[in-house]
Amino acid sequence: MSERQIELEVLRYDPEKDSAPRFQTYSVPCLNEWVVLDALNYVKENLDTTLSYRWSCHMAVCGSCGMMINGEPKLACKAFIHEYSDKIRVEPLAHFPIERDLVTVIEDFIGKLSSVKPYLIPKDDQPISAGEFKQTPAELIKFKQYTLCINCMLCYAACPQYGLVPEFVGPAAIALAHRYNQDSRDGGRDARQEVVASNEGVWECSFVGACSEVCPKHVDPAGALQQVKVASTIDWYKEHLMPWVKK
Amino acid sequence: MSCKPYIRETSKTTWYLEHPRYKRYMAREVTCIFILIFTFELVCALGAVANGPEAYAAFLAKLHSPLSILFNLVALVVTVYHSVTWFNVTPQAMPVQIGEEFVPGQYIVGAHYGIWAVVSLVVLILGVW
Repeated sequence: MSERQIELEVLRYDPEKDSAPRFQTYSVPCLNEWVVLDALNYVKENLDTTLSYRWSCHMAVCGSCGMMINGEPKLACKAFIHEYSDKIRVEPLAHFPIERDLVTVIEDFIGKLSSVKPYLIPKDDQPISAGEFKQTPAELIKFKQYTLCINCMLCYAACPQYGLVPEFVGPAAIALAHRYNQDSRDGGRDARQEVVASNEGVWECSFVGACSEVCPKHVDPAGALQQVKVASTIDWYKEHLMPWVKK
Repeated sequence: MSCKPYIRETSKTTWYLEHPRYKRYMAREVTCIFILIFTFELVCALGAVANGPEAYAAFLAKLHSPLSILFNLVALVVTVYHSVTWFNVTPQAMPVQIGEEFVPGQYIVGAHYGIWAVVSLVVLILGVW
């Protein structure tokens, strides 16, 4: 296995000592098969135990290790060393406050995610004895792609609109609302629309499309948001021009 | 949460210089200005038509100036750019599902080009006729 010496420039911030973040460079002997997360783990285990970052699964499932790698939002466990030159710059996810080193404060995202009620709200109460809610393959593919979201927040780091207007509910949360709205078993759209169709909701999106470009799971949040805009516009016309038609 | 999280401000004036994809986005947005001015030109043309043949002839004479020809050429190029980039994202905004499959994106984009060609042809025929 070939080995390469990589200069890993990592943004460091210690809230107890630093007034502003600073870069620290580590020289890491990397195997070509490694990902950036392996290089960070090498630093933590061999060079500097004080380095803080989040990670868990190492297989692009948990969504914990999102960070800016050479200015691009990436999962550190999916960013292969062989795709980079000998100098790699690693920073915390853009648009989020820095808690410490590569760890960001994510409460804003968690709050927005809960505000769109990202869970099934059944249309009708049904006793357990009535059996399962059945769904055809045609009903399933309407939302299947959106179920792949791992809440890694790369889309928030890529979205310039979220950087400029922090109140924006954002790509992942609205895409997940759309996922449940599209589900044939769900009846919670009206409850979600209050947040999703507000000014800070889908109308803050100007379709830059960056969220879909960086999404590691190909969820296409930008597409979901445009579909939500179309549906919300139809709602508006129905409400104002055809008030007798039920939504 | 730490007692002192560090907040990185996004520049309100230079954010789009930070990444090529933001520059592409801004390039697309800026083309709207030319479309706006061209729409204004079209409204003026309608006004000239309403004011009679002499007013319309005077309007056409103004369009023959080099500056006007240059503007209309630039407006044509940026409008085509704006339209093409919009057509390319339509499958994301308007997916079409038939049975258990989504219609491939290129058919949706192709349908837009087809409608564009038909409408342009109709306008051309009406103009010549």
